Amino acid sequence: MPKTYKAIASQTLTGTETSVTFSSIPQTYTDLVFILNPIGTSSGANYLARFNSDTGANYDGIRLTANGSTVASARYTITGGIQIHDYLINGTSQVPVIICQIMNYSNTTTYKQLYARGNTASNWVQSSVGVWKSTSAITSVTFLSSSSNFQSGSSFSLYGIKAA
Amino acid sequence: MATFIKIASVEVGSGGAATIDFTSIPQDYTDLVILASLRDDRAAAYANSTFISFNGNTANFSSRVAYGSGTVSGSFSLARYAGTNVSEQATASIFSNSQLYISNYTSSNYKSYSIESVTENNGSDGYQYFGAGLWSDTSAITSIGLTLDTGSGGSVLKQYSTATLYGILKA
Repeated sequence: MPKTYKAIASQTLTGTETSVTFSSIPQTYTDLVFILNPIGTSSGANYLARFNSDTGANYDGIRLTANGSTVASARYTITGGIQIHDYLINGTSQVPVIICQIMNYSNTTTYKQLYARGNTASNWVQSSVGVWKSTSAITSVTFLSSSSNFQSGSSFSLYGIKAA
Repeated sequence: MATFIKIASVEVGSGGAATIDFTSIPQDYTDLVILASLRDDRAAAYANSTFISFNGNTANFSSRVAYGSGTVSGSFSLARYAGTNVSEQATASIFSNSQLYISNYTSSNYKSYSIESVTENNGSDGYQYFGAGLWSDTSAITSIGLTLDTGSGGSVLKQYSTATLYGILKA
């Protein structure tokens, strides 16, 4: 069977952390997929993906959110990252599933786009697309929150997909 | 080592089936993915909800879903919601397309899952759904059932409905 969906790295926290970084990402795949189950230390904070430690105003995006009764769409500009979910939960009873896909991450010609689905059944669901306005290949990805840390038990997994 | 492994696949035969079941799920993976193509026999509608159960349990489920049809959009909450089935008002031979991502299915936390489901009825009707589901139970998931919302009419998943269960193993 072709081995085209390969586990690259994973981190499960054993203590509280302010951020989680995947560095030295191999440049031998076509696309990347991150699966995140973050447990916040406070509720309500949003959640970002940052590329190659770029903390500048080099990110833009839009999001579609729904809370079980209303749907909303908005454009955002956040310095230092792409928003991938807008509502962390404090506690293990409702850990969100966040799926992030980055296509063609290693090319040095185009800006890089990230597509994320962040889902917390108790609060809302969010579909986001963001752009990192850099033609650099992505060699590291950092996940962090604007106003929360990640609790022990938070898990983050990286997979590589290789085109035929 | 491959990390996206097919565990089991079910195709509904003639006469239909009330549920598609995956039982005795190995506990060796990190996450589970279900890819499904479904149609049911609800007569008075184009589409119907897919309902899910874990370990034969239909209680303690919740969800939050966003949807769009090309003309309208909205959001709803519906316990056990796991995507959409195409129903009998749709053009023949059309089935839905769904993905469920169930992360950390063996953990002792409550079980969260991501829902993505779409249908397109030959230019006349179409829906996209994406959502979050939660099973408020700390048990490891050992079996999964997919069925239809019989409260809205209909009783079986139609012949040629399929669902495949995959295991994903982290590094």
